[in-house]
Amino acid sequence: MKIQEADAKSLLLAQGLPVSAWEVARDPEAVKAAAQRFFASGAGRVVVKAQVLVGGRGKAGGVKLASTPDEAREVGSRILGMDIKGITVRKVLVGAAAEIVKEYYLGAIVDRASRRIVLMASAEGGVEIEEVARQNPGAIHRASADPELGLLAFQARGLGLAIGLRDPLLNQFVAIAQGLFATMKANDADLVEVNPLAVVAETGADGKPQQRLVCLDAKITLDDSALGRHPGLEALRDLDEEDPTDAQARKLGINFIHLDGTIGCMVNGAGLAMTTMDLVKHFGGEPANFLDVGGGARHETVRGAMELILADPKVRAILVNIFGGITRGDEVAAGLIEARAEQSRRVPMVVRIVGTNAAEAARLLEEARFETAASLDEAAEKAVALAKGAAR
Amino acid sequence: MSILVGRDTRLVVQGITGREGEFHTRAAIAYGTKVVAGTRPGKGGQTAIDGTVPIFDTVVEAVNQAGANTSIIYIPANGAPDAVLESVDAGIKTIVCITEGIPALDMIPVVEAVRRAGAQLIGPNCPGVTSPGRAKVGIIPASIHKPGRVGVVSRSGTLTYEAVQAMTDAGLGQSSCVGIGGDPIIGTTFLDVLKLFRDDPETDAIVMIGEIGGSAEEEAAAFAAEHLKGIPMAAFIAGRTAPPGRRMGHAGAIISGGTGTAAEKIAALEAAGVRVADSPTQLPRLLLEAGYRP
Repeated sequence: MKIQEADAKSLLLAQGLPVSAWEVARDPEAVKAAAQRFFASGAGRVVVKAQVLVGGRGKAGGVKLASTPDEAREVGSRILGMDIKGITVRKVLVGAAAEIVKEYYLGAIVDRASRRIVLMASAEGGVEIEEVARQNPGAIHRASADPELGLLAFQARGLGLAIGLRDPLLNQFVAIAQGLFATMKANDADLVEVNPLAVVAETGADGKPQQRLVCLDAKITLDDSALGRHPGLEALRDLDEEDPTDAQARKLGINFIHLDGTIGCMVNGAGLAMTTMDLVKHFGGEPANFLDVGGGARHETVRGAMELILADPKVRAILVNIFGGITRGDEVAAGLIEARAEQSRRVPMVVRIVGTNAAEAARLLEEARFETAASLDEAAEKAVALAKGAAR
Repeated sequence: MSILVGRDTRLVVQGITGREGEFHTRAAIAYGTKVVAGTRPGKGGQTAIDGTVPIFDTVVEAVNQAGANTSIIYIPANGAPDAVLESVDAGIKTIVCITEGIPALDMIPVVEAVRRAGAQLIGPNCPGVTSPGRAKVGIIPASIHKPGRVGVVSRSGTLTYEAVQAMTDAGLGQSSCVGIGGDPIIGTTFLDVLKLFRDDPETDAIVMIGEIGGSAEEEAAAFAAEHLKGIPMAAFIAGRTAPPGRRMGHAGAIISGGTGTAAEKIAALEAAGVRVADSPTQLPRLLLEAGYRP
């Protein structure tokens, strides 16, 4: 589960990481009021940042500076309501703009290859790390945390030295890197990224200029499998940005991802569901969704899944592909028959059920006069033909 | 011979009294697998599966008293990591974990402990291993198999069934079918299984089923180019149409930052001389084209 920057910053703050104060605003007047408070406490300029769960918001014009409260309101009114990669901006983060001296990258990931938490740091901050990985992979330095002992201070120091930091910033970096690791562990995150981690120039308590490392941005992805043991984190789910079908799918306990095509797919198993989509495309169609009904799906789940598929007005045909292992074919067939009887609009359907109780399923489907297919390829081909026929 | 499980397998089922555990244990026994014990803390001394399988409180008792050498875990996600560690502690060397939904950070110290003990963990979030005609340790349906000499390795469940069914329909039997699991942190990788197949005198050809996310398929391709030259091999990669940034059901199936795409994996495999199918149904034909003669 992805969470918004403001929420990610709260999680960093909870681990004692240096994050500047911010406020979240949902309308231009609130942006102005927040900006006024930052100006009152000494900010030279404020930054207004769109809160969306997609990357590239800066390039899209979703991050702007303002020098007065009125300008902040004006900037806020432009960003709020803006469309960034199909997502409407509903809230912005407002904070004092930092005077950036240099930008670094620091991230923690669950690394599959080494099966450890790996920290990555680069002196090329402020740009997407994937871009750095492509252009200049040597600029990314890594440290692999011990499975039991965690990220050790000398490892963090090594990373800091590698990206060119020296005292006193080096010591700050060690604390930040270990704090990132702690944030990951405390929240069961699979990604914690600070980009940029910036050296900012400011006036110290003694009135003298000083430099300090600050987490200017934060991106955190939480492990869906662990949300159950962090009840507080579920509240960070941004329902505004979800497809309305997502919540319904969660309630049914199925995996559903809405896509742009015309052929609705209902499959058991994630790999087979992806394959079914791929074959629809291979035979000249476009899948309308990814849908894995899961192992041992019962007929209520099948009915719910059918409703989800039909809720998409673009769907012109439905392809059901079930390879029964734990899942019983006859249960699915019974669910399909009920679902079709109740469905709000008639959409042609082709059904393939093999494996456990396939013979019983075939008998049920034949009695109910369903269009069936024997092989995976045949099912996909038929579904594509049905969708094209329905479009005419 | 076959790999990982076979005639010498003496299985202990951790969680034998649960719904899944009992159902699949019956199927395993019906297939001819030697199930020597089950565990369920607090029910030691009782029996399961109509009085045929003794229940022990601990895995170590199952090892000492029933001679178990392989374990399978049907325990919910909150207890599964502990179940793996209990097997490791009891000296079990082949551990299959079916459980889905274990947090990735829980698995990191577990795979490390397994590695240190010199054991092999298959999974989690996997359908298990079947060596057709010999032993079935997991949930892969028995009916789709035919004994033979093709090794099958896959990250997926039902997609594996699809591929195995296609092979069996074409008359190509299997030596072992290994589902390694769809999670980011797994005990056994494609690479591990390819090495086992290479060293197995009864495996003459290999089918590999990958999917988007991570770089395990690319690592397998590099290994194949170097070490599997004489062995006919065919592959299928699921997720050509998967949108980036979305988790496609499996926790590990996600294209992030433009890497982990099907296109990259297919290109790596083809560059290594591995034939890649557009549909799992083409796998038998591609194996024959690669020179495999059953």
